[in-house]
Amino acid sequence: MRKTVNQRAWLFILPVLVLVAFNAILPLMTVVNYSVQETFGNNEFFWAGLIWFEQVIESPRFHDSLIRQLIFTFSILAIEIPLGVIIALAMPRKGAWVSVCLVLMALPLLIPWNVVGAMWNIFALPDIGLMGYGLNALGFDFNFTRQIGDAWFTLLLMDVWHWTSLVVLLAYAGLVSIPDAYYQAARIDGASSWAIFRYIQLPKMKRVLTIAVLLRFMDSFNIYTEPFVLTGGGPGNSTTLLSIDLVKIALGQFDLGPAAAMSLIYFLIILLLSWVFYTLMMRNEE
Amino acid sequence: MRARRLIPTVYIIFLMLPIYWLLNMSFKTTNEILGGLTLWPQTFTLENYVTIFSDPTWYMGYVNSLIYVSINTVISVAVALPAAYAFSRYRFLGDKHVFFWLLTNRMAPAAVFALPFFQLYSAVGLFDTHLAVALAHTLFNIPLAVWILEGFMSGVPKELDETAYIDGHSFWSFFIRIFMPTIAAGIGVAMFFCFMFSWVELLLAKTLTSVEAKPIAATMTRTASTSGYELGLLAAAGVLTIVPGAFVIYFVRNYIAKGFALGRV
Repeated sequence: MRKTVNQRAWLFILPVLVLVAFNAILPLMTVVNYSVQETFGNNEFFWAGLIWFEQVIESPRFHDSLIRQLIFTFSILAIEIPLGVIIALAMPRKGAWVSVCLVLMALPLLIPWNVVGAMWNIFALPDIGLMGYGLNALGFDFNFTRQIGDAWFTLLLMDVWHWTSLVVLLAYAGLVSIPDAYYQAARIDGASSWAIFRYIQLPKMKRVLTIAVLLRFMDSFNIYTEPFVLTGGGPGNSTTLLSIDLVKIALGQFDLGPAAAMSLIYFLIILLLSWVFYTLMMRNEE
Repeated sequence: MRARRLIPTVYIIFLMLPIYWLLNMSFKTTNEILGGLTLWPQTFTLENYVTIFSDPTWYMGYVNSLIYVSINTVISVAVALPAAYAFSRYRFLGDKHVFFWLLTNRMAPAAVFALPFFQLYSAVGLFDTHLAVALAHTLFNIPLAVWILEGFMSGVPKELDETAYIDGHSFWSFFIRIFMPTIAAGIGVAMFFCFMFSWVELLLAKTLTSVEAKPIAATMTRTASTSGYELGLLAAAGVLTIVPGAFVIYFVRNYIAKGFALGRV
């Protein structure tokens, strides 16, 4: 759409700016403030320069959480995006089934995150949970509170359960926007189903899939409640993702300086990677 | 063709299994839950639900959650409407930067903001009020609402605006009487998403409340830690948190994807 230049449009976005600035800029400045100061309690603060940043960047603990976070995020992207596309391709296009599918699939998205964690915790318990009990009955030695591999398996399965539907819904919306004429033309040309997917469906889904990747990336990088309730970061520190580690340092040990420095580094990483995805997305729109 | 029907069916069964397990447990007594694995409640009981509906510390959790979620939805959509209009119709200094800056707030990890939020809202005297949680959740809901509404508004041709002005409508008269009804579906979707993300968020809601405005999710975590392991009660409370979502989802089923795509399908 052709837009007219109008500087008074700023007045329209003023309420949004005031509210978001109150919620975003003030707390962010607090974090910046803490990140360069040292405190010994009594509300006395001393200038500390960049020592917290150096400390965080060099600390093996931060490296470990970051690596775990990256493994988690890229694993769920590698599973959820293709899986979501496959399910969307197999979904019916018309009829009463569509509504039933959509409503049932969207259900996990609306469950409070701590309930998701609690639900999977109970579901996976080896003694009283259906999944844990079932796996053990099948001969697997499954115990997600003791074994690192099992904890990761449960964590990834939970996230796939929770969020794959988002990808399905987006991919499906992209698919139904393809006019029937495209398929008819492809049939006349004798195109294989792979060719239809590669040259008709995939390009049409490109835009929604970029959004799916962007959303799943941001949300999985921020994930806190579900893994915290499911495993509490354990066994040991094996499932301690960045957010969990951050809350442990900030609210558990009250090390405000290091926690604040870590927050800023963490936020910058998300910002940088999201900016890359965002530019890709906007380029697609043009 | 058979495989095509099989895949969604298997997926939906996978989605329903943990929910079935939760539902199953909510009708059991704690003894039966801890006693062993039963696929169906042997001694069917509604006691867990009775406890929740008769104990104020439980049911007030739901009331509190619903209050702050409603306030948040109203505030977010109300301020997002004019902003989205500005983004969809006008070009102005720094518009693209502001738009991206709004998105960055959607990326902000709640964990980063937990402590500063606690201090900020304590300082302005809003700690433990519904308004505090509602305002805190606007951090990620306003950007989302602006994005969704902007997408829907861009689908409305500009000729509609111009015709209305020629007919003698003032801006606000046009906006409220003509434009808002035109994008009613978009407003509904934006409200649904604000409801949803405010409903499922726990970390900020828990940090900003102690007694008066305590959300149901926080009540659940407390119960899990203090009174031992009352799993049946916990399961029943969990089931009840799914109900509002299941209820509203039905109304927006055809628009959910469009909302997630930020109005851009």
